[in-house]
Amino acid sequence: MNHAPLLKKLLLACLGMFAFAFALVPLYDVFCDVTGLNGKPSLERAVVSDTVNTERSVDVSFTTHAQSGAPFKVESQQYSVAVQPGAMREVKFSAKNTSNTDKIMQAIPSVSPGKAAKYLHKIACFCFDQQPMKAGEEIEFTLLFYVDTELPDDVEELTLSYTVFDISGQVVAKNDEAAKLIAN
Amino acid sequence: MSNVINEQATEHAHHDHHPAKGFKRWLYTTNHKDIGSLYLIFSLTMFLIGGAMAMVIRAELFQPGLQLVDPHFFNQMTTVHGLIMVFGAVMPAFTGLANWMVPMMIGAPDMALPRMNNWSFWILPFAFLILLASLLMPGGGPAFGWTFYAPLSTTYSNDNTALFVFAVHIMGISSIMGAINVIVTIVNLRAPGMTWMKLPLFVWTWLITAFLLIAVMPVLAGAVTMVLTDKYFATSFFDAAGGGDPVMFQHIFWFFGHPEVYIMILPAFGIISTIVPTFSRKKLFGYASMVYATSSIALLSFIVWAHHMFTTGMPVAGELFFMYATMLISVPTGVKVFNWVATMWRGSISFEIPMMFAIAFIVLFTLGGFSGLMLAITPADFQYHDTYFVVAHFHYVLVTGAVFSIMAGAYYWLPKWTGNMYNETLAKWHFWLSLISVNVLFFPMHFVGLAGMPRRIPDYALQFADFNAIISIGGFAFGLSQLLFVLVVFKCARGGDKAPAKVWDGAEGLEWEVDSPAPYHTFETPPEIK
Repeated sequence: MNHAPLLKKLLLACLGMFAFAFALVPLYDVFCDVTGLNGKPSLERAVVSDTVNTERSVDVSFTTHAQSGAPFKVESQQYSVAVQPGAMREVKFSAKNTSNTDKIMQAIPSVSPGKAAKYLHKIACFCFDQQPMKAGEEIEFTLLFYVDTELPDDVEELTLSYTVFDISGQVVAKNDEAAKLIAN
Repeated sequence: MSNVINEQATEHAHHDHHPAKGFKRWLYTTNHKDIGSLYLIFSLTMFLIGGAMAMVIRAELFQPGLQLVDPHFFNQMTTVHGLIMVFGAVMPAFTGLANWMVPMMIGAPDMALPRMNNWSFWILPFAFLILLASLLMPGGGPAFGWTFYAPLSTTYSNDNTALFVFAVHIMGISSIMGAINVIVTIVNLRAPGMTWMKLPLFVWTWLITAFLLIAVMPVLAGAVTMVLTDKYFATSFFDAAGGGDPVMFQHIFWFFGHPEVYIMILPAFGIISTIVPTFSRKKLFGYASMVYATSSIALLSFIVWAHHMFTTGMPVAGELFFMYATMLISVPTGVKVFNWVATMWRGSISFEIPMMFAIAFIVLFTLGGFSGLMLAITPADFQYHDTYFVVAHFHYVLVTGAVFSIMAGAYYWLPKWTGNMYNETLAKWHFWLSLISVNVLFFPMHFVGLAGMPRRIPDYALQFADFNAIISIGGFAFGLSQLLFVLVVFKCARGGDKAPAKVWDGAEGLEWEVDSPAPYHTFETPPEIK
């Protein structure tokens, strides 16, 4: 009995499943993107809305926290704001590098409930870029956002959470300023 | 050149008829019976080592407070106990049984790929050597639970994690090779006339298990590889700072992990389906439905993984889907349980040791299945998640399920393997002590779990003290009882009443047509199946 053909097929199946494990990574992202499942909001600049729903008001709260060990203190200046869907809103965040070395900060947004993530549009956000911060420097950042008029009715409030990470020296800088900072 | 070939040829011929003596016989063996024995002995050794770790866990939990070991070591014990029992005890035991029995059951002379068979066993001890050695290194072994969730296994683990990863890689390669061998053997080496629907159920369940292994062990290998590169090579599969997602780890892990639990129970179903008809002296009730039920369990196992993750914040639609899909599995499982009961119904039942273990399996595995159904209810799972209720559930399905079936199988086929009957008195003591102590050990875990005692914690609130003392006593008793099993096996291998070819009068199957002990080579000319 020649076992080689079946053996080859089974080995191929194994390799295929090993590859599938890695294919799960992009598949997972695509799946979450399409369904808006895990509260990952878009990191792209949104287009300004042209309609405003003045009938409805949604509470948007902000929380921030630094990943353990990341030497940043970031706070929103308002705890929560009431917005009308479609209307633009500006919120200031103050961020401080509490260490005595220059650092690069990256903020990662997350929205709760997860299904509301795709309805929160950011026009300007410090999370779009890596933020170089000098030792002890304090910077004020602006978040410009609006809530989509299509936001499902059962969502009455949502929370935008930022986790800030210290990515100094860990990644290749996206913008020139960060690159300069690393070079220094 | 021709010299070498000649040498190999003579060596080969020599090996075929008279196995080499001593250690080399076992190191170089390509005989399915030798390799089966190696697997089984290895599995028993690992069962005792993993069991010793469980004794450390239960000794620490005997009283509230921290008394014997420090919490970090306790975490290493829970982690390595789990890894050893899953990958070192249960899976190799089933592979060992498959090696011994599958070729004999289908009338094949050996496994299809005997050299790979040798290799798939002999890399296994090294995997566990690496894993166990990591316990002795500075910083200790893996302490993040056998499920090695990121970021516990990436950001918060020590540098010995690489050893854990390589150990899991080797275990995975070993099981994949074992699975490939089983499939090729069953597909290509069935005796003439052994059609698919005449296959003994142990062969069927192992065939399906082997496909599950091929489908998910590579995914586990992928998951540990991602942990490795996240930890040492600055990738960010599971690190949000680099655009990854720690929840994705759980999805990938449980995509492997759920089929894995069926890998550990489907061969058990096969063993029970072999033993129950023998001692009921009836044909198995609903053979075809058993085959289809096993296949449906295997297929369903791929779409239920997220029931391990109800508390990660899934949308309601997802929770409902995974809840109903999980509950659906109880239908084919129920078919099997009812078939076993129907087989026993009005049978001329006799209660030999394998049958006693089989009946204990049916009752206690079903009990574990019921607590599984409770855990499948999403809103209830929010309370049960990560409590001792979960620990109770999976120990009922794995200890009184998988392990009891392995014991049943061992008692059932020991006379065939050794040519001697085991010591009935000692075996009875082993059974009854195990049965009582295992319930003293695991049943109260349901209560402390429902009351909120978390798993994987070396200390607990005072109100759990009494139950934990009882659990620990049950644990020590169960652990000690297994030494009786070692004694029974040892004595049986050394001698005892001679067993006839057909050890059990109600037994059916080709393995009972060869002598006891089974000759070194069986079915060199394939038997005719009518």
